Amino acid sequence: MLSATSLRRGLYGVIPALLLSPSLAYADWALNMTEGVTPYSKEVYGLHMAILGVCTVIGILVFGMILVSIIKFRKSQGAVPATWHHSTAAEIIWTAIPILILVVMAFPATKALVMMEDTAHSAMTIKVTGYQWRWGYDYVEDGIEIFAGLDEASNRARQINSGIDPVSVDNYLLETDNHIVIPSGTKVRILTTAADVIHSWWVPDLGWKRDAIPGFVNESWFEVESGKEGVYRGQCAELCGKDHGFMPIVVEVVTPAAYKEWVADMKARQVASAELTQKTWTAAALQTHGRKVYEANCMSCHQADGQGIPGIFPAMAASQTLNGPLADHVNLIIQGKAGTVMTGFGPLLNDADIAALISYSTQTWGDTARVVQPAEVAELRGARRAVVSAN
Amino acid sequence: MSDTHIATDHHDHHDEPARGFMRWLTTTNHKDIGTLYLLFALVMFFVGGAMALVIRLELFQPGLQFVNPQFFNSMTTVHALVMIFGGVMPAWVGFANWMIPMMIGAPDMALPRLNNWSFWILPFAFTLLITTFFLPGGAPAGGWTLYPPLVLQTGDALPFAIFAVHFLGASSIAGAINVVATVFNMRAPGMTLMKLPLFVWTWIITAFLLIATMPVLAGAVTMLLTDKFFGTSFFAAAGGGDPVMFQHIFWFFGHPEVYILILPAFGVVSAIIPTFARKPLFGYSSMVYASASIAFLSFIVWAHHMFTVGMPLAGELFFMYTTIMIAVPTGVKIFNWVATMWQGSMTFETPMLFAIAFLVLFTIGGFSGLMLGVTPVDFQYHDTYFVVAHFHYVLVTGAVFSIMAGAYFWLPKWTGHMYDEKLGKLHFWVSVISVNVLFFPQHFLGLAGMPRRIPDYSVQFADWNMVSSIGGFVFGFSQLLFVVVVIKCIRGGVKATDRVWEGAHGLEWTVASPAPYHTFNTPPAPAAIEGGMR
Repeated sequence: MLSATSLRRGLYGVIPALLLSPSLAYADWALNMTEGVTPYSKEVYGLHMAILGVCTVIGILVFGMILVSIIKFRKSQGAVPATWHHSTAAEIIWTAIPILILVVMAFPATKALVMMEDTAHSAMTIKVTGYQWRWGYDYVEDGIEIFAGLDEASNRARQINSGIDPVSVDNYLLETDNHIVIPSGTKVRILTTAADVIHSWWVPDLGWKRDAIPGFVNESWFEVESGKEGVYRGQCAELCGKDHGFMPIVVEVVTPAAYKEWVADMKARQVASAELTQKTWTAAALQTHGRKVYEANCMSCHQADGQGIPGIFPAMAASQTLNGPLADHVNLIIQGKAGTVMTGFGPLLNDADIAALISYSTQTWGDTARVVQPAEVAELRGARRAVVSAN
Repeated sequence: MSDTHIATDHHDHHDEPARGFMRWLTTTNHKDIGTLYLLFALVMFFVGGAMALVIRLELFQPGLQFVNPQFFNSMTTVHALVMIFGGVMPAWVGFANWMIPMMIGAPDMALPRLNNWSFWILPFAFTLLITTFFLPGGAPAGGWTLYPPLVLQTGDALPFAIFAVHFLGASSIAGAINVVATVFNMRAPGMTLMKLPLFVWTWIITAFLLIATMPVLAGAVTMLLTDKFFGTSFFAAAGGGDPVMFQHIFWFFGHPEVYILILPAFGVVSAIIPTFARKPLFGYSSMVYASASIAFLSFIVWAHHMFTVGMPLAGELFFMYTTIMIAVPTGVKIFNWVATMWQGSMTFETPMLFAIAFLVLFTIGGFSGLMLGVTPVDFQYHDTYFVVAHFHYVLVTGAVFSIMAGAYFWLPKWTGHMYDEKLGKLHFWVSVISVNVLFFPQHFLGLAGMPRRIPDYSVQFADWNMVSSIGGFVFGFSQLLFVVVVIKCIRGGVKATDRVWEGAHGLEWTVASPAPYHTFNTPPAPAAIEGGMR
């Protein structure tokens, strides 16, 4: 809600911003669509410019006629009105010409669409899953799983009246905590789906967006041209709730050789992370890691102070979950709560994350602090699985 | 022409309106109800406009300064619902009520009690909708399109919002039935269909669209209700349902809805341009056929709102071809209006200024519409500010500007006074400049990659957002000028003649100004109908 203090604070920001020339601060008056870095995006850009050109020409003609009428046929200039009100020839002409233009335009548009829908002969497949509010990436052939959400610096700056100037944050709102890496010169098939609500995966430089819909798997593809290696950024495009504006996409395109190295590196890291979940953590280490997990996953709803937002997001403090049995707590985190924004974090958090999170939150807001080890979570997760499969 | 009462009509409550609040609550008079609709729409424009200003305030610069994201989403959602169902639609029903009986030489609407009822549903429906801001969980925040599964995450507001939509649907259907019944049964002798003023024609077509599509919306939102509260899974994939099916059903309503908002605008502009060009409307019959074609096409293009959901290639091609085809009848209309001005003898009173601005700016909205209709490029445009710019060009500088044009055009007939022309022109010029400062940069933002419905953005979008917000504030506050004009005009001013405008033709200009409480108790003479034709 608009509060008086936030209004006042905001105005303090607005007024200097108005006085100082904003163009000095941001200096980016982008006007047009990106040409992008894939054959498809270039096709789209060409089509966009062509239709824009056609519209501009028609616009000049029509607006020109209006302008001439306004100048020439005004009563104050002594214009005498004609009485004609019909001309079959004129009407046939201005029905036929637009039809012709449309038919001519339809050919390249159809060609581009056929190209977009042809996902055959792709070299690799990545399954992209939308969550509220992060993206999950599953490299089907290489067996790599990545979750990518808004990075810490942006997340801190984007809190209401954070006092952090967005200009001071690199790639504000367009940076993720983890990047996905893609080889150039390779046809990559993207399968989009979602776990909770509808999202839409969009990187403008790739030339398209595709909705990620729960219960559906959509197919698309792209191929970044060799020599166009670099970092490409995008955002979720379909309204997906409170933090829709805060689930960016970062795609790092590298050479196929560098990609192979990255895959090896990721495999090694997976082993290391598995080890982390097996060792016994100190209480202090759990606290530090738990705080990080909380800030990245829970804070946007339950708030930094754990008080939630009354009526929308429940408070952590004095909650039954925090003070109830550990198994219920783990269950809630893993499977979420049906019919609410509380999504299941099972796929997103490993046992160490969950153990640290519970340790941190009970220490901070619970009646009694708990020190939970990853092994305990693993056991409960295993028990859960057994129950689910028995059913 | 004088409007003499027939001596046999002695029920005095038929002749003079009751006094005070009861007059307005119990009225069955088409002019009273028209006034109620128009005033209600005016209030709703300001309610929805205030929400738009909250949006533009938050987007003035990057970072969150004023509202939290959840409330921001409520703002975009309720802004749209209020503007569409509370602003533009009631405004058009208000015009229909006031003008259709006078244009066809009928004494009133065919179903006066239904008429009263269809208006008085509205204040209750919007009270229901607006009170959701005070419920736990806040107002609906899933977008006016109400897509599941997101909309099912709404708090206690969901059933209230859905019942509000049901009420609005009932009101619209009742209003539409009334228009159809009136036009088909109560035309004066000699007023054949192809002599109807275009405003009446476009409204009949609108009425049929309403009757065909509002029940579809009602069905869709009812399924949402049962999904949320009664355990059905129409749209829940986990229960075997289909979230995309909702979008198909919604847009089967939603696309004709777009034409419900804009077709009466075509009618108003077709009345104003010939009047101030002092030349008959070019291609009357092709205007009628073009309107009907647009209405027909509106039923077979719905999926262009959802090209990115992953339809089969054949589906995407079909909806692309039908969508770009709409440019043909729409083009015919634009060309006909331009041809009407050509070799006319034009003057530029406020209604004409708004009509010309409509012609230019609606065409710009049409161009971006054509671009959006081309599927492969839509994969880039979809859900960006380019779309926001497009539909605000067709709805604000299209529908709302023509509502302004119509209001200035007929105000003298409604009030009996000329409005303040200087103030009207000031209102026009401030509006037309600021509205372009507001919406034109949004094309750039969308092309540069800014998604719609976001409360905060990357700093690369900061410049154009600031420009757009400045335009928004000027446009929003300058509409207060319109209120001043209307109040001044109701209170007094130069006495309006019956004909009001030198080039005006049509039956409504043959009655006194202000129009008497009852008009055409006896049908007009056939000569008057022919005289109105041109």
